[in-house]
Amino acid sequence: MNDVVIFAVISLAGIGLAAAIILYFVAQKFKVIEDPKIDEVEEALPAANCGGCGYPGCRNFAEASVKKANKDKNIEGLYCPVGGNEIMSKVASILGLEVEAQEPMVAVLRCSGTKKNAPKKVEYNGPMTCAFAHNLYQGESACPYGCLWLGDCVEACNFDAMYMDEETGLPVIIEDNCVACGACVEACPRDIIELRNVGKKSKRIFVSCVNEEKGGVARKNCKVACIGCGKCFQVCKFDAITIENNLAYIDYEKCKLCRKCVEVCPTNAIHELNFPPRKVKPVENKKPDEIEKTEIKQQV
Amino acid sequence: MKTFELGGVHPAENKISENKAIEVLPIPKQVQIPVAQNLGAPSVPIVNKGDEVKVGQLIAKGEAFISSNVHSSVSGKVLKIDNVNDQSGYKKPAIFINVAGDEWEENIDRSDTLIKDITASKDEIIKKVHKLGIVGLGGAAFPSHVKLMVPKGKKAEALIINGVECEPYLTADHRVMLEKADELLVGTKILMKALGVEKGFIGIENNKPDAIEHLSKLSKEYKGIEVYPLKVKYPQGGEKQLIKALTNREVPSGKLPIEVGCVVQNVGTALAVYEAVQKNKPLFERVVTITGKAVKNPSNFLVRIGTPISELIEASGGTPDKTSKIVGGGPMMGKALVTPDAPIVKGSSGVLLFDEKESKRVEEKACIRCAGCIKVCPMGLEPVLISQLTKLEMYEEAEKNNIMDCIECGSCQYTCPSGKPLLDYIRLGKFKVGQIIRNRGKK
Amino acid sequence: MNLLTVSGSPHIHEDNSVKKVMYGVVYALIPAMLVSVYFFGFDAVRVLLISVAACLLFEWLIQKYLIKGPATINDGSALITGILLAFNVPSNLPIWIIIVGAFVAIGIAKMSFGGLGKNPFNPALVGRVFLLISFPVQMTSWPVPKPLFSSVVTDAITGPTPLGILKDGLRDGEKISDIMTQIPSYLQQLVGDIGGSLGEVSAIALLIGGLYLLLRKIITWQIPVAYLGSVIIFTGILWLANPEQFVNPLFHLITGGLMLGVFFMATDMVSSPMSSKGQIIFGLGCGIITVVIRIWGAYPEGVSFAILIMNALTPLLNNSFKPKRFGEIVKIDHK
Repeated sequence: MNDVVIFAVISLAGIGLAAAIILYFVAQKFKVIEDPKIDEVEEALPAANCGGCGYPGCRNFAEASVKKANKDKNIEGLYCPVGGNEIMSKVASILGLEVEAQEPMVAVLRCSGTKKNAPKKVEYNGPMTCAFAHNLYQGESACPYGCLWLGDCVEACNFDAMYMDEETGLPVIIEDNCVACGACVEACPRDIIELRNVGKKSKRIFVSCVNEEKGGVARKNCKVACIGCGKCFQVCKFDAITIENNLAYIDYEKCKLCRKCVEVCPTNAIHELNFPPRKVKPVENKKPDEIEKTEIKQQV
Repeated sequence: MKTFELGGVHPAENKISENKAIEVLPIPKQVQIPVAQNLGAPSVPIVNKGDEVKVGQLIAKGEAFISSNVHSSVSGKVLKIDNVNDQSGYKKPAIFINVAGDEWEENIDRSDTLIKDITASKDEIIKKVHKLGIVGLGGAAFPSHVKLMVPKGKKAEALIINGVECEPYLTADHRVMLEKADELLVGTKILMKALGVEKGFIGIENNKPDAIEHLSKLSKEYKGIEVYPLKVKYPQGGEKQLIKALTNREVPSGKLPIEVGCVVQNVGTALAVYEAVQKNKPLFERVVTITGKAVKNPSNFLVRIGTPISELIEASGGTPDKTSKIVGGGPMMGKALVTPDAPIVKGSSGVLLFDEKESKRVEEKACIRCAGCIKVCPMGLEPVLISQLTKLEMYEEAEKNNIMDCIECGSCQYTCPSGKPLLDYIRLGKFKVGQIIRNRGKK
Repeated sequence: MNLLTVSGSPHIHEDNSVKKVMYGVVYALIPAMLVSVYFFGFDAVRVLLISVAACLLFEWLIQKYLIKGPATINDGSALITGILLAFNVPSNLPIWIIIVGAFVAIGIAKMSFGGLGKNPFNPALVGRVFLLISFPVQMTSWPVPKPLFSSVVTDAITGPTPLGILKDGLRDGEKISDIMTQIPSYLQQLVGDIGGSLGEVSAIALLIGGLYLLLRKIITWQIPVAYLGSVIIFTGILWLANPEQFVNPLFHLITGGLMLGVFFMATDMVSSPMSSKGQIIFGLGCGIITVVIRIWGAYPEGVSFAILIMNALTPLLNNSFKPKRFGEIVKIDHK
């Protein structure tokens, strides 16, 4: 009986030993030499694998940063939008470098074509995806630039930073959750969503419209469309506003958040976010005919 | 009876307007002629605001190889060159012309006499087809002269004239075959001469016995032209399916019909070629079917290009109550219109009006893997698989499963018991895969 | 005029739906149902009703409280599962066992994969096999038919199926010719006057249902033909080799659950391959495995196991056997 036990133990140990030796040599022979820093960098990253940096996943980003650090001694152009400056300085310190802090960004929806502002002209009866609807036709609201109300951006968001507002039909961005990975920007076939800087105290001013049609045409489909009238352009003291193809655009790097443009916009297409309420109430809700007048003037 | 081998469906034919002779639609007050009406590069307008134009005058020039000239369909004054909503609602540049009288270019022969002798040489024919803006009238509007120029190393053996009209409802080609048979046959001879082929096959679906009989009788006078009845099966009129049915040759995946020695032209195109070559008439009008179960007076109209579709609807007795879908083209492959104000273009073959019930799709249910879509696919694809791959954004896989072979005939979605939007996703997938392939070419 | 509707082509749809397909199958099952009621009387009605009710109930409960999706019980698929499950059990099965079977069929084999269209195995078969393995005694004591209007007042006499008699006989070393004397005549087997599960007894009634399905194009010929063909050829070769050891193909065709399996379970759309080639391979595989189990296996009947094994291979078959593509092979005859 004992013989059997001893034999079993010895033979098993022998097999184990032989296997260990083979494994050791094989491991030596096929060793992949990899910079241990890659693992360290990857460890520091948020592991969201969202692709916001332009690489397929965090591992690839780590590889790219180590490679660039070894080659160029800097990691310029590489930025993890999810981790932000904190994580990037950590990554830099692992690589023995320093990085300049980048301004944090946030996604902004540049369309106010709600179901109320831009009423339905046709009924859509097909798969609920913007990518298909965009290829098929101009959209239920008849604005060929505006939101299609089908929510590909919400599908694309990995951070619970967006939801569809059933009432307006538009997506809503939850700023606190948004990490500016750009997935929604990529997903939107109409380029409505833009990444803009968060700004001082999260204050932002932007034109909430991307319609490049002539004013009259744009307004026919949507009450709050930018008609390219140029009033904001005239009132801006900082050259932050440009008008191209009947559409105003506010450069967030030049904008000083004075809010003058918001006041003069005849169609309320310029939005301000996170500002305290105004002390003196401006003449809001201009009379409809007044808007019509400006529009007519601009058409002439 | 001849037909293609794989798949196919048989939708209710509903050829309501087949006994209605072609009527000339009165010229509208204003036409909007889009400058891009053909596949390929858009044409460039060569008239300006305020110019006086005549019927048949060149107003936009196609400069690229795959492009086509556009001619004025009316006489009058150019109002403006502006954007017009096309069928899908996107803005497309168009030439707006206010109609005044009906003055034609002098060199157009407006008589009805049949000119049988083909005096033009091969090159002259191709030149004229190009110059006078002839495009495929079956729907895709592919410039015809391109098809007539056989690439080096390839040899055309047969010309196939597509008189199948397998789309339900549509009857425009049927009427052309009945009323313009001689012109059509001379047009076929012209095309045969341009290609240098001895054989011309005319394929007609068997639900048009009158057209088959009429053309068979007349074609005896024309050497080399044979008329073949084909089994009633959709998509019999698909280019590749038609070639398979008539010659038993399969166009290889991703290749053009010329690969197997065939060139396919629509009957409407053959007629337009006759008019262009023998009568100097550019392509500025075409036969359009307007029909629908509730339409008062379903008709086949000869319509000037650029006429708003709403005029057609008016002429057919007005929009019936409860109309909630207007389809430009046939019910299987046509486009749902966003607005009836969109103009008729060279590729418009019909306008259908559907009531509420016909307009709505059936409710989407879970796929029961019945393989119905696979059985009906005329290209032997797996629609359920490639649409699912597109949904999952696995475009490379979709490409491997030959998504680009899809001819978008719609048989899969037509037959699906679960009401899945199969073709919608396949179309999206083709678009995305096409982008990927183009990007690959750039690198 | 209403708002215009916009959608991609095609703009027309065949008059066809999941519900129509499913109820087509239910209609096809009616002949076999009537035969079973005739031969097994009230018991058959009881088993059918309980099985169907339990299947519908489980589907409704799971859909409502676990999946939280729209109600799916009226699409007819749970109804089919219920009928098929009842067809696969003896008529004297206790109520609670039927309910357990229904739970396994709907809850585990179907809904846990996400419901209709997503189950890899045929739910009714999973239910049956589960019961067969868990309650072998109850599942294999088949009552002898006591026709509805017969005057025989014998109570619950049970006996083996023809296949069971065959298997036991062969095990005891008897010759086929001797065993066949104990087995009901072919006519009785065709009509269904034999012991067996509820729905499998009458080959004729099932054949009628199967032909109806083929005519309505709910199923295609590939699976039934390949399945029946392979069974006939395989058993035929064995029979020709040694008629004293192996029984003739006709016997194999009309006994047991073969007809039920061939027309109603192997052809289940969800769990069978999609291309014609794949379906033929699937049918062949089912036939061969069925015969192997019937002749050399421990169980007298092998249809359910054969179909389940081939169900497992379905994704593989789908991947390996693609439909014939247009333009794949260039053949030009220059005439």
